[in-house]
Amino acid sequence: MHELPQQLANGLALGALYGLIAIGYTMVYGIVQLINFAHGEIFMIGGFGALTTYTALPSGTSLLVAIPLMILGGALASVAVATAAERFAYRPLRSAPRLAPLITAIGLSIALQQLVWQFYPDAKKAVTFPEFTGKAFQITDNLAIQRSDAFVLALAPLCMLALGVFVSKSRSGRAMQATAQDPDTAKLMGINTDRIIVMAFAIGAAFAAVAAVAYGVDKGQINFEMGFILGLKAFTAAVLGGIGNIYGAMVGGVVLGLAEALSIAYIEEIPGMQQLGGGAWANVWAFVLLIVVLLVRPQGLLGQRVTDRA
Amino acid sequence: MRHRSLLVLTTVITTGALTLTACGSRDEAKTGDNAGGGNKTVVVIGVDAPLTGSLSALGQGIKNSVDLAAKTANKNNEVPGVEFKVEALDDQAVPASGQANATKLVGNKDVLGVVGPLNSGVAQQMQGVFASANLAQVSPANTNPSLSQGDNWGKGEYKRPFKTYFRTAATDVVQGKFAAQYLFKDAGKKKVFVVDDKQTYGAGLAGIFSEEFKKLGGEVVGTDHVTVKETDFSSTADKVKASGADSVYFGGQYPEGGLLSDQIKKTGAAIPLFGGDGIYDPAFISASAEANDGDLATSIGAPVEKLDTAKKFIEDYKAGGYKDPYAAYGGYSYDAGWAIVQAVKAVVAANGGKVPTDARAKVVEALGKVSFDGVTGKVSFDEYGDTTNKQLTVYKVEGGKWIDVKSDTFNQ
Repeated sequence: MHELPQQLANGLALGALYGLIAIGYTMVYGIVQLINFAHGEIFMIGGFGALTTYTALPSGTSLLVAIPLMILGGALASVAVATAAERFAYRPLRSAPRLAPLITAIGLSIALQQLVWQFYPDAKKAVTFPEFTGKAFQITDNLAIQRSDAFVLALAPLCMLALGVFVSKSRSGRAMQATAQDPDTAKLMGINTDRIIVMAFAIGAAFAAVAAVAYGVDKGQINFEMGFILGLKAFTAAVLGGIGNIYGAMVGGVVLGLAEALSIAYIEEIPGMQQLGGGAWANVWAFVLLIVVLLVRPQGLLGQRVTDRA
Repeated sequence: MRHRSLLVLTTVITTGALTLTACGSRDEAKTGDNAGGGNKTVVVIGVDAPLTGSLSALGQGIKNSVDLAAKTANKNNEVPGVEFKVEALDDQAVPASGQANATKLVGNKDVLGVVGPLNSGVAQQMQGVFASANLAQVSPANTNPSLSQGDNWGKGEYKRPFKTYFRTAATDVVQGKFAAQYLFKDAGKKKVFVVDDKQTYGAGLAGIFSEEFKKLGGEVVGTDHVTVKETDFSSTADKVKASGADSVYFGGQYPEGGLLSDQIKKTGAAIPLFGGDGIYDPAFISASAEANDGDLATSIGAPVEKLDTAKKFIEDYKAGGYKDPYAAYGGYSYDAGWAIVQAVKAVVAANGGKVPTDARAKVVEALGKVSFDGVTGKVSFDEYGDTTNKQLTVYKVEGGKWIDVKSDTFNQ
C-alpha cells in the first residue's frame, strides 16, 4: 500500500477533470432535460481553440502568462460552437419528442469530430500541446504531484465555487434555477428562458474549455477524438453524482476517478482477483460502481428525487 | 417515468457507442485519376487501411504508396494492355468494417489483389472473405504470426490457414524475440515491466517478447493492460515505478504508447519504453513532447531512408505531391502493390497478353512465385505467404527523432 497516496492523487486529478466536463452535461440536462452528447466534442473544440491561441502568441511566452489567454481562447471557441449548436440544432427541436434532439446530439458530435479532423492543420493525428516544464512537487516520500495535476486540482474547486455563487446569488443564476424547476411558470414570471438555456450551454462549454486546457497541459497532446471517451466518462460522472445537480457532477467525477485509479492499483492484489485487476478492468469496475450506486440511489449520489413533468 | 426510461435508453446507446467506437465518415477515395487509356483492361488494386481515426497517419501512407506503385506501373507500361487503378476503402481499424470492405472489394470483379490491412485484428476478419473468393491479399503491416502460420504456431505446428494471404511485413515472432535479445544483451536491462493494449497485435507481441526475455534469464517484474483510446495511464505508470523495473515493454500502437511513455517519465522513473513497429512513428514522439528520449522501437526491415533501392521511392513519393507522409509502412505498401503488379504481369504474359477469366486464382498462384528487388529489399514469399526478408532494425528516440541503432537479420 506504499503508493496509496500517489494513486489517490492520480484519481483525484482525473476525477476533477471528469467533474469539469460533467458540469456541461448536468447543467443542460437540469434545464432542458437534454443529454447533450456533443458536449465531449465541445470539450475537444475548447482544446483546439486553446492551442490556436497558443500558436498565435509570440513564441517563448511563459506558460503562466499563456494559460489564462489559452483558457479564454478555448472558451471563446467552445462557447461559440455550443451556443451555435443550441441555436441551430437544438432550439428548433425543443418541442419535438425527446429522442429527436438526442439523436441530433449524436450526429452533431460526429460532425464536429470530422470537421476538426478535416480542417484543422495536422489534426489527423494527435497534435502537440504545450506542457508544464519542471519537476513534480515532491510532497512526501511517496507522493509527488505533477504540476499539471496541481493545476487542475486548484482550478476545479475555484470554478465550482464561482459557479455555486453565480447560481445561488446572482439574478441570472436564480432565473436559471427557476427555469430548471418549471420553465413555463418561469416564462410567465418574465424570465427570458431562451436566454437562460443559451447561458446553460455557454457555462458548460466554458467549463469544458478549462478542462481541455488542463487535459492538454497534462497529456502534452490533444486530438480530434479525445472528447469521445472523456465525454462518456463525464456523462457517467454526471449520472453517478445525480444528473441535474452541479455539485453532484464534481462529486461523481471524483468518485469515478478514484474508483478507476484504485481498481487499477489494488484489485489485482486481492487474492483470487489477479485476473480481474489492472488497467484492462478499470472501466468495468467504474461501471460496476455506477450500477451499484444507481441500485441504491437511483437519483445518483446528490440527486434529488424529482417527479417527472408530464 | 419518462426521464428514467430515457436515461436507460441513453445508457444502452452509450454502451453501444463504446463497443463500436466508430465515429467517422467512410472515405471512399477512388484515386485512379488517370482514366481513359484506349482499350486497356482495367485492373483494380484494392486498399484497405484506416484512412480516418487515430491511425490514419499510417493508413494514408499505405494508400498513397500503393497509389504510387499503380501509377508507376502505368507510366512504365509494366503490364502491356493493362491499366492499374486503386480503390481505397477505410476500415477505421475496426474489424467489422474491414470485413465489410473485403466483401465490397470481392464484389468488384476488376479487383485482382488487395493491399492491407494495417491491423492484425482486422486482417483476421478479412482473410476468410478473400479466401472464399480466391482474391489475393498482401498486407504491408500485419505482424501476428497466426495469420499465416495457423493458431498453433506457438506449439511448432505450422499450417497456413488461407492460401490467399501474403505479407511483406515480418511476424511478431521475429520482432518480439529480436526485441528481447536486444534489450537483454545489447541494452543490458534485466527487469522489465510489460504492458499491452489487449489487441491481437499488442497482446501477441508482448507475449512473445516476455517469453523470450524470461528464456534469456531476464525477469518480468509486472504486467498491466491499457485500453485503446483511453488517455490517462497515470495509475499504471505509478505501478511501473513502484515495481522497480529498469525498462518497460509496450505491445500496442503509438497513440497509447506515446502517452504511456510520457506519463511513466513524469512519475520520475527514468526508464526507457520499448515497443514494436506499432509505436515506430513520428507521432509517438510528437505526441509526448521531448520527454521520451531513450525510448526504443523495433521495426521491420532496414531503415527505408538508408536503402539504395528506396531512394527512387522517396523521390517519386515527393514528386507525387501526396499530402501525407509515407509513414512507417510506405515502403512495404509500395512493395505489396508492386508484388501484385508483378503477379498480374506474369499471369497476363502466360495468357498471351490478355487478362484471363479466372485471373484471381492465377494471381494468387503467381504471387507465391514473385521475386524482385523492392523498396525494402528482396521481395518474395515463403510457403506460408510470409516475407522471406527477415531484416529488423532497432530505433531509439534521440533529440525528438527516431535514430536507427542496430540493423540485423534475424535467424530463428
